[in-house]
Amino acid sequence: MIRAENIFKSFDDNEVLKGISMEFLPGKTNLIIGRSGAGKTVFLKILVGLISPTSGKVYYDDVDFFSLDKKQIREIRMQVGMLFQGSALFDSMTVEENIRFPLDMFSGMTLAEKHDRVNWCLERVNLPGVNDKYPSEISGGMQKRVGIARAIVLSPKYLFCDEPNSGLDPRTALLIDELIQDITYEHNITTIINTHDMNSVMEIGDNIAFLHQGHLAWRGNKDQVLETESEELKSFIFASPFLQRLRTQALAAKNQ
Amino acid sequence: MNINLLYHFGRYILLLKQAFSKPENWSMYWKETLRQMNDIGIGSIVIVALISVFMGAVAAVQFAYQLDGTLVPRWYIGYIVRDLAIIESAPTITCLVLAGKVGSNMAAELGGMRQKEHIDAMEIMGVNTANYLITPKVVAALVVIPLLVTLSAYIAIGGGYLATVPTGQITADEYARGLRAFFIEFNVTMMYVKSFVFAFILTTVSCFQGYYVQGGSIELGKASTNAVVFSNILILLADYLLAVLLTS
Repeated sequence: MIRAENIFKSFDDNEVLKGISMEFLPGKTNLIIGRSGAGKTVFLKILVGLISPTSGKVYYDDVDFFSLDKKQIREIRMQVGMLFQGSALFDSMTVEENIRFPLDMFSGMTLAEKHDRVNWCLERVNLPGVNDKYPSEISGGMQKRVGIARAIVLSPKYLFCDEPNSGLDPRTALLIDELIQDITYEHNITTIINTHDMNSVMEIGDNIAFLHQGHLAWRGNKDQVLETESEELKSFIFASPFLQRLRTQALAAKNQ
Repeated sequence: MNINLLYHFGRYILLLKQAFSKPENWSMYWKETLRQMNDIGIGSIVIVALISVFMGAVAAVQFAYQLDGTLVPRWYIGYIVRDLAIIESAPTITCLVLAGKVGSNMAAELGGMRQKEHIDAMEIMGVNTANYLITPKVVAALVVIPLLVTLSAYIAIGGGYLATVPTGQITADEYARGLRAFFIEFNVTMMYVKSFVFAFILTTVSCFQGYYVQGGSIELGKASTNAVVFSNILILLADYLLAVLLTS
């Protein structure tokens, strides 16, 4: 289980995170949502250890991540997969080489075993047969899937996704959401997703944290979002008149 | 200003400490080192050859001009071109040129990887990115740049020959006599010491500039420029210090 405790983060005089504490549910999709500039990405990068907090602690199974030495950090990172906003696929490598990279670096597998594992990952993300293509030769949605395949190739215990739907059409975004949720449940992974995509919130939000102005302003799940009384959350999620009407209709239908 | 300088120097030293640790997977590092050797070595042969031939030719023509009407024998042209190439022009000019070609390329490559989150992706996988991305470049440069410098010295001597012998300023025998005269083996050692030091400076400084890029394309451009500027300044400073140390 991952737990953040009283996380503060400042860049010079700008205090981005102001004492965030929360637990992420194991085997579930945990969403961090909020407006642009709310501190979501900074919080995610602190959770994954790419940025150190100004103060506060991050625990992986009750182990304080930032107190570990490099070897121990590496051991934890072997259990972590991450999908980046821009996929972060290595341009000079083929899809197969990208997915195989963690295996080449850390596993003692033979080339044939690695090839089988890569194919399994590609099958799992519904993208068979693209092994020899370069990232520039496939679409943005396919790149996200390859990013997911690379993130799960070492069978991680924790999966982090930074804006997995950004730049994708609604249908592809939905497919990516479903894929992430399916993988989370199948392999009992603790998944933490940073998003401002409302479809994701309503479809896969098992545990949702809403950040507002550097604070944790609301916590709940997708079923509780509709009934929230938090004005900040309502103005964020049901921002347009269309969505406000949908909410009213949904609540009316629920009360009947 | 001084605090800023100390901050960057401290960061540079810490990066080197992180870079020169035990590799996680030798075969991956070996592959990357070979790729870098190809990029730095094969990719730079033409430019190094071109510059070297003109360096030798210009040195020979200028010295022939200086000798005109003096009592100094003309075969000294070969001697001067040889020593100039070995002691100074081959290691220093070659490395200054490579700082522009290879150094800016390294800074841009690492900076681009930083901006596209490739470095973060590797960090998350548990890779020591400074070690994996920088050490192969430094090792490749330490192997390949002295070879390029050696090539440069030979070609510069050849350039001096082409500029003076076919034009009738000196005979081939006179040029060869100059090449054989007053040869000091230590000068070759000095050339290699300079090559190693300059290769280390240009790769580590350029990688440092690229590795810590923040921001967008303007910052990437600045990092690439800084890589060349700082490498050149440090190479010239090291050239002076080595000249004092090795000749005293």
